[in-house]
Amino acid sequence: MGVEGIGARVARKEDKRFITGKGRYTDDMVVPGMKHAVFVRSPHAHAKIKSIDTSSASAMPGVIGILDGKQLTEDGIGSLICGWAVHSKDGSPMNMGVWRPLAEDTVRYVGDAVLIVVADTGDQARAAAEAVVIDYEELPAVTTALAAMKDGAPQIHPEADHNLIFDWEIGNGADVDAAIANAAHVTNLDVDNNRLVPNAMEPRATLGVYDDSEEHYTCWTTSQNPHVARLVMSAFYNVAPENKLRVIAPDVGGGFGSKIYIYPEEIVCLWASKRTGVPVKWTADRTEAFLTDAHGRDHVSNIKIAFDADNRITALKVDTIANLGAYMSLFSSSVPTYLYATLLSGQYNIANVHANVRTVYTNTTPVDAYRGAGRPEASYLVERAMETAARELGVSPAELRRKNFITQFPHQTPVIMNYDGGDFGASLDAATKAADYDGFPARKAEAAGRGKLRGIGMSCYIEACGIAPSKAVGSLGAGVGLWESAEVRVNAVGTVEVLTGSHSHGQGHETTFAQLVAERLGVGMDTVSIVHGDTDKVQMGMGTYGSRSGAVGMSAVSVALDRVEAKAKKVAAHLLEADESDIIIENGELKVAGTDKSVPWFQMALACYTAHNLPDGMEPGLKESAFFDPTNFSFPAGCYICEVEVDPETGKTEIIQFVAADDFGNIINPMIVEGQVHGGVAQGIGQAMLESCIYDPDTGQLLTASYMDYAMPRADDLPSFDVSTTVTPSPSNPLGIKGCGEAGAIGSPPAVINAITDAIGSNKLEMPASPQAVWAALNAK
Amino acid sequence: MYETNYHRASSVSEAASLLAGSDEAKLLAGGQTLIPTMKQRLAAPSDVVDIRHIAELKGISVSGSKVTIGAATSHAEVAQSADIANVCPALCGLAAHIGDPHVRHMGTIGGSIANNDPAADYPAAMVALDATIHTNNRTISASDFFVGLFETALDEGEIVTAVSFDAPSKAAYQKFPNPASRYAMAGVFVAQGNGGIRVGVTGAGSEGVFRSSEMEEALASDFSPAALDAIAVDPAGMLADIHGSAVYRANLVKVMARRAVAAAG
Ligand SMILES: Cc1cc2nc3c(=O)[nH]c(=O)nc-3n(C[C@H](O)[C@H](O)[C@H](O)COP(=O)(O)OP(=O)(O)OC[C@H]3O[C@@H](n4cnc5c(N)ncnc54)[C@H](O)[C@@H]3O)c2cc1C
Repeated sequence: MGVEGIGARVARKEDKRFITGKGRYTDDMVVPGMKHAVFVRSPHAHAKIKSIDTSSASAMPGVIGILDGKQLTEDGIGSLICGWAVHSKDGSPMNMGVWRPLAEDTVRYVGDAVLIVVADTGDQARAAAEAVVIDYEELPAVTTALAAMKDGAPQIHPEADHNLIFDWEIGNGADVDAAIANAAHVTNLDVDNNRLVPNAMEPRATLGVYDDSEEHYTCWTTSQNPHVARLVMSAFYNVAPENKLRVIAPDVGGGFGSKIYIYPEEIVCLWASKRTGVPVKWTADRTEAFLTDAHGRDHVSNIKIAFDADNRITALKVDTIANLGAYMSLFSSSVPTYLYATLLSGQYNIANVHANVRTVYTNTTPVDAYRGAGRPEASYLVERAMETAARELGVSPAELRRKNFITQFPHQTPVIMNYDGGDFGASLDAATKAADYDGFPARKAEAAGRGKLRGIGMSCYIEACGIAPSKAVGSLGAGVGLWESAEVRVNAVGTVEVLTGSHSHGQGHETTFAQLVAERLGVGMDTVSIVHGDTDKVQMGMGTYGSRSGAVGMSAVSVALDRVEAKAKKVAAHLLEADESDIIIENGELKVAGTDKSVPWFQMALACYTAHNLPDGMEPGLKESAFFDPTNFSFPAGCYICEVEVDPETGKTEIIQFVAADDFGNIINPMIVEGQVHGGVAQGIGQAMLESCIYDPDTGQLLTASYMDYAMPRADDLPSFDVSTTVTPSPSNPLGIKGCGEAGAIGSPPAVINAITDAIGSNKLEMPASPQAVWAALNAK
Repeated sequence: MYETNYHRASSVSEAASLLAGSDEAKLLAGGQTLIPTMKQRLAAPSDVVDIRHIAELKGISVSGSKVTIGAATSHAEVAQSADIANVCPALCGLAAHIGDPHVRHMGTIGGSIANNDPAADYPAAMVALDATIHTNNRTISASDFFVGLFETALDEGEIVTAVSFDAPSKAAYQKFPNPASRYAMAGVFVAQGNGGIRVGVTGAGSEGVFRSSEMEEALASDFSPAALDAIAVDPAGMLADIHGSAVYRANLVKVMARRAVAAAG
């Protein structure tokens, strides 16, 4: 490792721009003639649109146009789709209802877009939006999945009887039932996974520009995957063909999944730009972000784990009902199925696993991937059940887990995943040591002396990242391949531009990708630029989510670098009159090994571009590209330990210590990895203790639609984290990277709840464990 | 936000006449309640009259045990006042835990009590300290000032100019913050003053801030946390919302009261 190479704690190159306010976000974009849009949204959770009167609003100052869903349909704009086809266990396709970008007849959640108002200023657009008169006939609404499935519940889409989208299963059901019947002990737990609002710091925004001279569209948008946005808008929404649509995702201030999807606003602003003849910009306000950014989680589950007399797991069975909201968002079907149930074997050697998952429409904001996407739901379920089982069996939670760990790799689970490596015992050892797990009883006794209830909880999570081998996901119903592309351009003076289909919205690609180049080419990081987020610059890419940028995106860069190196060596060998196989690249030079003969990197690059003296038949220039498709998912895993003190009088919980021992495979920049774990754990603690997305069950109004009611974690809610890593490299990509973006949010909620339930001596506790909830659990005993 | 006309008043009388000049005008102090409400388009005053820069409304004076705080004094100024800390540190502690640093440097004591949010902190102190609210045309005792949720005894156009009180011999405030907003879910200010012991409770009552006469009586005979053990706070009078049921709030009131008594010493 050099000072800037792989493994170095390099300060982030992009931070100067961000912390001095020079970041360029979608809302910062200004183009000549640009106008402002406001969406008129449904105030009702479920209603028929009887009539729309825009006459007085249209006459208001500054108003350029007020457009509706009928016009959108007239112009042939398509409906929003879910891009992952999941079939019910009877073989039938999912019952997907229609999602129009602007609702025409029926609105299905509070926030459903009905009209776009374009005006000279945002205030004028807002004023006109308020002056629109829409006559709604309110219909009964339903907000929970359980209620939506009942006979007589409001029917939300005609396609989905009883609001059921699909009834899917995975695993070997009959074997599971037999094993449970013959078990020495069965742990049986009902567990909810609370709905979350993603709350990226930057709200969504888009700027649509139609150029009639070229019949060309440009879309600036807050996207984690601009190429996917272009693909979907071209192929499915009929906005424009790909060669006539440029999508740019400039600096993006956080996504957490919520900016993967293509939302109505991007489509409608592009279309409205053509209809009105002006560039149209929309930026969500915070209330719109609460109401319309795809939410996360929202599962109701039962889990059973069967043990033999030796406390070995013989079977695991799960029944889950997932609330997908009012419409099926882009990847919504995959989250509670292939990204969830395939991880239910956890870190354990379990011969029999079965999961049944029903997904349901409700009159709520659409639900899709949110940091971890399915994997937090799986680890929460499995790890709460494991801790519960240890208590029921009267054994150490750490030892019950250790006894059941998978230790031989590769390991084929009964639920598709083939774990290709790991060392779960190493993480467990590292975490228990860091947390002084064995010393807990003394600390508990000491706390009791102060009137505090002290508890300790653990979780041993595993997740699947490096999403994903294209053939595998294709066979499971994905509508796209999940490879990544890269292009490495060495300029004539030796500086390097890396074009990647990954997208950074906080992860630090401009630093870590440059570190890889510095490591490989021996050049300084300041001579390397990372280019991403623009479909006119980068040919194609699949974007950033599922902790894939390192494992897949950087691997594509690595393969392209292989090709650059190979050619550079050929050129250097020619210039130095040496054998190609003797050339090594080091410290900005290409050297003949074992001699003092060398050519500086920049001189070699210049030779490629002057082309005065290249080997016979060699093309000038130095630019290589690659498409990398991983051979497997990668499997980050780790052990988290949380220790809390509960104030029994108020139910307030304080986290005393939080230990994270992760195996992320090889690490490019430990500082950035620690930052990812800190952020992920903060979000996980947010889910476990604070964040609660509550709808009024009768009216379908979102009651927690601002920070006055939706509790986001703040610095003083969090302890100082003790994070460390153990390393088993991933065998599925050339860099051995597993991915670290989501682990914190996946592993932490069960550790926190296990700690609190340990402290209060009651397992009847759902997330978020707010002071009120903990106090109620204590007093219900 | 809707369009509005901004005026910066340089005296209380100018503020009063600017207010009288329009039936849709509103006073603007720290703006920490009014501005967010306007941004959400829930309030649309035609004019706002900024009183935060009026010299006669600003500042803290302590002479003997008499404390006077100008209405436009910020929470941060109260929190950091060495003069108040000498005679009533509990009030400094209360102010130091309102909102965040931005809120504390903008928000004012006059704005806070005029707004009378049922979860605001100052109202509990005002009733427990038996404070006097001074306006541009009269004085009102704190017990009469806070009328109900977001309701005060202020007349249309009346301006709070200051609050004053006699420093208590002992006092303490304990607040259990709402996890989201950090306003009080239950805040109890206990004070022992010339007129006896007073207990002000905020955040919890369904009618807004209130005095707990039961607790006051119990503490009068025995100023100790244990004196409150036998008291059952009735959930019937408590607020209930997604953050806390009435039963939970009733519990918090008692716990905070005990802790306040312990802290007051
Ligand atoms: C994020 C946040 C967190 C907060 N947390 C807390 C908390 O924990 N505890 C708490 O108690 N408060 C909290 N607040 C409120 C804060 O304390 C404000 O100071 C208070 O709400 C209003 O004071 P202001 O000076 O900002 O008044 P403004 O917002 O300017 O005015 C509020 C109302 O009072 C009227 N008014 C203002 N001054 C006078 C006057 N002198 N005479 C008559 N009427 C007047 C105005 O016309 C308006 O109707 C919080 C606010 C925010 C934004």
